[in-house]
Amino acid sequence: MSSETQKILSTDGIPLEESLKKAEKKNKIKAFLLVTPLLLFLIITYIVPIADMFSRSIDDKMVTNMLPKTYKAMEQWDGKELPPEEVFEAFYLDYKILVKNKTAGKLQTQLNYEKNGFKSVLKKLARKQKKFEEGNYKEQIMEVHKRWRNVEYWRAIKRRAPAYTYSKYLKGVDMYSNEDGKIVQVAEDRRIHRILWSRTLEVAFFVTLFCFLMAYPIAHLLATLPMKYSNLLMICVLLPFWTSLLVRTASWMILLQQQGIVNDFFVWIGLVADDNRPEMMYNKTGTYVAMTQILLPFMVLPLYSVMKTISPSLMRAGKSLGATPAVAFFKVYFPLTIPGIGAGCLLVFILAIGYYITPALVGGASGTLISNQIAYHMKSTLDWSFASAMGLMLLTGVLVIYWIYNKLVGVDNIKLG
Amino acid sequence: MSKKEDFVKFDKVDKSYDGKVLVVKDLNLDIEEGEFVTMLGPSGSGKTTCLMMLAGFETPTNGEIYLDKNPISNIPPHKRGIGMVFQNYALFPHMTVFENLAFPLRVRKISKDDIDKKVEKALSMVSLSGFGNRMPGQLSGGQQQRVAVARALVFDPSVVLMDEPLGALDKNLRESMQYEIKHIHESIGVTVVYVTHDQGEALTMSNRIAVFNDGKVQQLSSPDKLYEEPVNSFVAEFIGENNTFVGEISDISNGSCKVKLDKGEIIANPISVKSVGEKTTVSIRPERALINPKDKMDNNQKGKIEEVIYHGDHTRVRLNLLGNSEFILKVPNSSQNLDIKLGNEIDIGWNSRDARALDPK
Repeated sequence: MSSETQKILSTDGIPLEESLKKAEKKNKIKAFLLVTPLLLFLIITYIVPIADMFSRSIDDKMVTNMLPKTYKAMEQWDGKELPPEEVFEAFYLDYKILVKNKTAGKLQTQLNYEKNGFKSVLKKLARKQKKFEEGNYKEQIMEVHKRWRNVEYWRAIKRRAPAYTYSKYLKGVDMYSNEDGKIVQVAEDRRIHRILWSRTLEVAFFVTLFCFLMAYPIAHLLATLPMKYSNLLMICVLLPFWTSLLVRTASWMILLQQQGIVNDFFVWIGLVADDNRPEMMYNKTGTYVAMTQILLPFMVLPLYSVMKTISPSLMRAGKSLGATPAVAFFKVYFPLTIPGIGAGCLLVFILAIGYYITPALVGGASGTLISNQIAYHMKSTLDWSFASAMGLMLLTGVLVIYWIYNKLVGVDNIKLG
Repeated sequence: MSKKEDFVKFDKVDKSYDGKVLVVKDLNLDIEEGEFVTMLGPSGSGKTTCLMMLAGFETPTNGEIYLDKNPISNIPPHKRGIGMVFQNYALFPHMTVFENLAFPLRVRKISKDDIDKKVEKALSMVSLSGFGNRMPGQLSGGQQQRVAVARALVFDPSVVLMDEPLGALDKNLRESMQYEIKHIHESIGVTVVYVTHDQGEALTMSNRIAVFNDGKVQQLSSPDKLYEEPVNSFVAEFIGENNTFVGEISDISNGSCKVKLDKGEIIANPISVKSVGEKTTVSIRPERALINPKDKMDNNQKGKIEEVIYHGDHTRVRLNLLGNSEFILKVPNSSQNLDIKLGNEIDIGWNSRDARALDPK
């Protein structure tokens, strides 16, 4: 075939491809305009906050900006011995401005994070520096407090020199970079974050497992019952959805507390002694029970929507071909529900990993999760950069799980409805 | 090897789903080994229910089904060894064609070599060799249907059930598949119980046809007998085209009877009428009534042409005859020049033995 005949022309003599593009341009613009509001919404409420969280979590400009002259002078200092006179002078000048502007408190707090006991030293300096004479600042500052003779404190200041830091991320996994700049673990009795991370994963895993075990038969029943019964059952499944999360959690508190209904029942049937009622709340048990119940619909619905599409004649075909009901189930029915299982498990796991209210209310000390820790830093310690860092770690974890899932099962196989 | 006459036997089977209505009433049916029997009937006539009871997915409310003389009501479906082709094929979508066919063999723990051989043989039987690695979704409707047939046959079942297997195919494909299934049946001699509501399909394929209506078998006979000699007016109406006259017996003797109509009287063949005064519906096939008959016929009437429809190979003529304005004639397209024009009065004749006096509707 010659090259001339390969190029197809429309009736007007324009190449067909161009003609098609022209014809569809309008539709493309229309389609884009239709999604623009959503796109903007996503950018403003999702992309921008995440970017802000990220910059906050690594931002360490505060100290850098408060001590500009000091850090300039420190560039030459190797950190092995006490810094030279220029550094002392620069620090005095910087600090003077801070005291004057009444912002010295922030610096004191920040440097105290870096080195315990720094706060009092700095406070004393703030009082004394007013009487300083010009020249020989090294001697004058060292006179104020003997700790200024300790090189450790100067190193602590120098460590805060970079405008960006990953120390919050290290803190999130119970590590820090020590005076020598080496990354080490915190003391064993202070490693709370790792416990929280592993507990979060554990709770999310088991909640997903319990949800799956309970949802599979329900979804199957929903998909196979006659319409009038399945509608009723569907309402029962969805009813918790329409109830406030707080109300549901509170009702679990009523049920599970030591003088609660479940314990009363156990005592009544003689399962436990009245003076030996088990604690089912303010621990992991409470978290498991309440979270499983609350997340159950997220497992039932994808499973149901997949099961609904499986023709009952497939099971019949399996049986008519000689498979026992169990074999027909595992060879025919079960493999066809895998897209729903994948979707449900992914959904429940990701929701569980970031769950907050329920563990906060019924979790107690041993049942709180990483999200509660994030909230604690948001509201109580006001260490927003640390909260941001942990939030991002959580997000990264979710993305990693998603990636692994995609490698194992394939995201194309997810079916939400 | 002599063939067993009652290889499959329905013995006084009743079936009710809700305890109020019987969908199958007192069903008695014997199917010979190697026979191709079709259950034909309108929807809701109970034919699929019968098939499901035979397959084991429904249990008879009363009565017993025998397979090779053994009662099977208490045997679960997977132990009956009956192959089944479903209406929507029911191929396992997550398995390849090969795996679909190997499924019944694998659950029977047949060795891998034998499985390969049997699957290959079954695929070549339905002319799909080389399709083993395809997924069912990649096949056309006709190909999926063939896979379903091959899968139902691959484990050498003694009986194969087919539940309207060609319903989803287009007309041409359906016809070629009818021949293909018929040829497969002839070549391997398996007993086939086939369910359809398409009479053309039933007539083409079957050794015998059981016409179902209202939960009962109305007639069980070979296709030609069913068409030529329907035993009641439902069968006459359901199979093929049919002209009817409603009247009353005025005289009956020596295998013929006179039927008095609103206008006029005709001579008919008494099938299900016995005495004078009985109401009856007389059924005449359109092709049995002739225009200007050359031979002497014992029914001769005049009719007025009301409509002429050209059908290519034949022309359908609607007449007003003896007060029945729905009387249809089929005139073959031949060089013979008949005076078929709208409004003409023409002579119509038929033999009384082709006019079957059946039960009143």
